[in-house]
Amino acid sequence: MGRRFFTPVLLVMLMASAIGLQALRERGGELPAGPDSVLYVRSPAALQRMALSYKSILADVYWIRAVQLYGDTRLGRRADRSFSLLHPLLELTITLDPYFGVAYQFGALFLAEAPPGGPGRPDLAIKLLQRGIEAKPDDWRLYQATGFVHYWSNQDYAAAADWFGRASRLPGAPTWMGPLAAVTLAEGGNRKASRLLWRQIQEGAADDWFRNEADRRLKQLDAMDQIDLLQNVVATFTAKQGHAPAAWADLVRAGYLRGTIVDPTGAPYRLDGSTVSLDPKSRLLPLPKEGARP
Amino acid sequence: MRSLRTIGTVAVSVFRESVRDKVLYNLVAFAVLLMAASYLIGQLTAGQDIKIIKDLGLAAIATFGLMIAVFIGIGLVWKEVERRSIYSLLSKPLSRAEFILGKYCGLGLTLAVNVAVMVVAWYVVLAYMATTVPPEVRAGWTTPATDLGMLRAVGLILVELMLVTAIALFFSTFSSPFLSAGFTLGLWVVGHFNADLKNFEAVVDSRAAGWFAHGLYYVLPNFAAFDIKQQVVYAQAVPAGYLATTALYGGVYIALLLTASVAVFSRRDFK
Repeated sequence: MGRRFFTPVLLVMLMASAIGLQALRERGGELPAGPDSVLYVRSPAALQRMALSYKSILADVYWIRAVQLYGDTRLGRRADRSFSLLHPLLELTITLDPYFGVAYQFGALFLAEAPPGGPGRPDLAIKLLQRGIEAKPDDWRLYQATGFVHYWSNQDYAAAADWFGRASRLPGAPTWMGPLAAVTLAEGGNRKASRLLWRQIQEGAADDWFRNEADRRLKQLDAMDQIDLLQNVVATFTAKQGHAPAAWADLVRAGYLRGTIVDPTGAPYRLDGSTVSLDPKSRLLPLPKEGARP
Repeated sequence: MRSLRTIGTVAVSVFRESVRDKVLYNLVAFAVLLMAASYLIGQLTAGQDIKIIKDLGLAAIATFGLMIAVFIGIGLVWKEVERRSIYSLLSKPLSRAEFILGKYCGLGLTLAVNVAVMVVAWYVVLAYMATTVPPEVRAGWTTPATDLGMLRAVGLILVELMLVTAIALFFSTFSSPFLSAGFTLGLWVVGHFNADLKNFEAVVDSRAAGWFAHGLYYVLPNFAAFDIKQQVVYAQAVPAGYLATTALYGGVYIALLLTASVAVFSRRDFK
């Protein structure tokens, strides 16, 4: 009887000891972070050969790495906060799988995003999309994405309108693409055009990430409108009272506001002297630069 | 007719042995891998969950099959010799050719059952994942999640696995399992570099080396030709002529290797 239970009991005890030691080691704190992730193979051509018949699945792995790197760096989880591996990872992905449409679309958005949210490399984003168009010349989404990069990062509204126009002429393009090209050409750069652009993306998004990003961009635009309004209220108060409000409560007491004003994500706005701004922890930051990228 | 029945008997015994040896347990690993991946992929990536499950399923079917083809294929003949059961087998009304062909067909049957079950599990996971996607997103797909066109790639994977089995069996007729595994995997890897062998003369000065590489291109099995995974995942056109020629190429190469295996095995002296 005793021998029959000896082995299972021993196994349970050893497992429990391993779990206990793991917990004990963790309580001692983490080791200092080592060097950031390394890309052992940087040559797309070499990797393509080494992949044998696993090109597609390897492309998926590199794509997941690119998404993780972008997300972790953007959220400040990586020690060096550098996006330097993002472009090589995307290059490897699209070399292994030239038809990986999302890698071009999202990859370009990642690359074009201005610091600190991204590497701020619209030139690389456009190059990436050009390769996508070579591989998939009939995919209107790649033309639309190119227009995006010109619109948001380069503020080149004529080029953006041209790319939206090209997208509208391709099979399967949504009906709003043509009018979007016209609006971009006529009103590119103002908030109305920007809102229209992101609303169309939000409604037509084939993916949660894109839909959430469009939602965030729309909230940014709403926040910018609200900041303008609040700034006016603060200016009126200052002109009437002869001094700037010390806190939002002053504006509430004076009847200008009904209560604490929050941004579209629910975080209260900051009042610093006569300047209204988003809470530094707001996920809407950084806001697009006014005038250049509304 | 009697020969076919004998080959069938050997094949069924190989299949039963693989079941006894718990080879089919890999199906559980496959199912767990796919189910875990279908849950995790959505958390790890931005979009393309279905595409990744399609890639993962095809890669896993090919890899699990390759492992079975190589590591069981190399032991098909060697095990009988090592256990000395070959003496009692050959004393029965069973020719050496029937023995080899029966062994090959048995492992082929094991592989076919494996691949079939993995394909069913893969389609079930894809169908389930498709139900979790909003209809407006599904409407934007160029190809459905459970596109039956992907079976073309599965078909060529099966032919590839049968070819790998024939190579493993061929080496196992005269070599040790360790060497047979090395040779088989080596040929499988080299078979994916065939395009480089074909164009070798463009990168070397020596004409002789170029011609030698060109010759190797035609002689060595071209495994790269069986890989149409990327094309079927994107529902691209793969001409029926290409599929037929590649399958036929695989069949002819298998026949060549089985003939060579029978020839080598017939000359072996077990005294």
